[in-house]
Amino acid sequence: MPADIFVQRRNNSLFLFAALGALTVGSIVITKYDVAAGFTSVGKALVWGASNFYPDAHSLTKLPEIAQKLWETILMSVAATTVAAVFAVVLAMIGSRTTRINTLFSVVARGLASVFRNIPLVAWAMILMLAFSQSLLTGYLALFFGSLGFLTRAFIETVDEASIHAVEALTATGASYSSIILQAVLPSSLPQMISWLLFMIDTNIRDATLVGLLTGTGIGFSFDLYYKNFQFHDASLVVIVIVIAIIVIETISNYIRRIIL
Amino acid sequence: MTQVSQLSSSPLLQVSNVVKYYDGAKPALDDVSFSIRKGEFVSVIGPSGAGKSTLLRCINRMIEVSRGEVRFEGISVGELKRKDLKRLRSKIGMIFQHYNLVDRLTVIENVLHGRLGSKSTLAGVMGRYSRDEKRQAMDVIAMLGLGDHVYQRCDRLSGGQKQRVGIGRALVQDPKMILCDEPIASLDPNASRNIMEQLKSFSRQMHITLIVNLHQVEFALKYSDRILGVNRGRLVFDGRPENLSPERIAEIYATESIALREVHRPELRPEARYAS
Repeated sequence: MPADIFVQRRNNSLFLFAALGALTVGSIVITKYDVAAGFTSVGKALVWGASNFYPDAHSLTKLPEIAQKLWETILMSVAATTVAAVFAVVLAMIGSRTTRINTLFSVVARGLASVFRNIPLVAWAMILMLAFSQSLLTGYLALFFGSLGFLTRAFIETVDEASIHAVEALTATGASYSSIILQAVLPSSLPQMISWLLFMIDTNIRDATLVGLLTGTGIGFSFDLYYKNFQFHDASLVVIVIVIAIIVIETISNYIRRIIL
Repeated sequence: MTQVSQLSSSPLLQVSNVVKYYDGAKPALDDVSFSIRKGEFVSVIGPSGAGKSTLLRCINRMIEVSRGEVRFEGISVGELKRKDLKRLRSKIGMIFQHYNLVDRLTVIENVLHGRLGSKSTLAGVMGRYSRDEKRQAMDVIAMLGLGDHVYQRCDRLSGGQKQRVGIGRALVQDPKMILCDEPIASLDPNASRNIMEQLKSFSRQMHITLIVNLHQVEFALKYSDRILGVNRGRLVFDGRPENLSPERIAEIYATESIALREVHRPELRPEARYAS
């Protein structure tokens, strides 16, 4: 009955849309969200932003201070990401189905990565703050743990995808485990790994702002400080500087990606 | 079990009563026995999923057998310790349907990978190859007709060229035997013929034993000294190509439905077989 499959497909789509609709309406009803007010307030927010949230001449005098904080934040993100990447490569080799030494270690490595990845960054920052108080180290470690979890997962998939066949071939030639890793696995996976690393640096610079807000360091703290003192002009300059920095870094990493891939 | 000596009359490879289970239900290999002499060109044919790849991988222990024994040069492969297993593997080349190269590396680098099994771990890790090894690799590459592509990245090569790199990697191992897992299944007829000719010439000139899994019966008939037919894990034919009648072929490829076989395996129809 080949016609049935089409009926089934259509029913599946109808069911999916019905379910999505029910979910949306249900959540609106339960949270008593006023849809109309929600949309009109966007306009109000824009009007408020245009009249208050822009850098003025005075705020520009704060630029050197802001730039210095931004630089600090970028360096912290890069350091946290690159160090995490080194550890992630090791964990990925142990965790990957292609290169694992044995099943137990693989499960442990994957589990560890999963725990690190699934604890939200904010939670990491809060937990670490207890131990290291408000310092750059807290932010650094929060980014480090989050990146370690994410990169391990990404690297495991990269290794499995890029090198499973070459690993089989080199194993069949009698090559040693370490030779296989260095001669086949890394050459096949490195470009993709670097691409993930660049992506992680992008993300971490964004997240570092949030972490800084919590841990009282870097550019996030500057924003928080200006904002809470009603210095909206200065706070808006911070946002603009962050956006520019992220665009620049994204452009650079896109360029690098194009060359290596 | 008889005492196996290193006399030339003794087989290079002896497979005895090999059984392989992936899961409890039914075996992928079911009591397979055969022996192969030095320099033989043996094709293994059979339908997809018959156990051809499993059989090949049991020989160099890429897959562990569930029961039975594989002996290579009189040594029981299943009992080897890690280090000795690596030494054994370094004497057996392997060629794959999907070439299994490191695509981002050059032809010469991929060919030199064949030497890793014979190197110290440190030299292997560092990727240091001796002058002799490099010269040998260059000679092999030239012999395979890839002289113009020595420093080209493998992802720029055609399928036939990639497979020749795969063959080069096996040849620099100085192998006693090469296992070929569907070496031409992804290639067009011309490239297929070229690869089979080259394999044949290595078997003739260097006396390298070849075991080749093949989909195409006509290639098996044309190039091999001997054909093994596998169906549902059992060895159902072992003999010379000229003894492989159309009826025997139909038997090897026997499936539940004759009609299905006619549709999916046109090469099995006698008229198609003799046409090529």
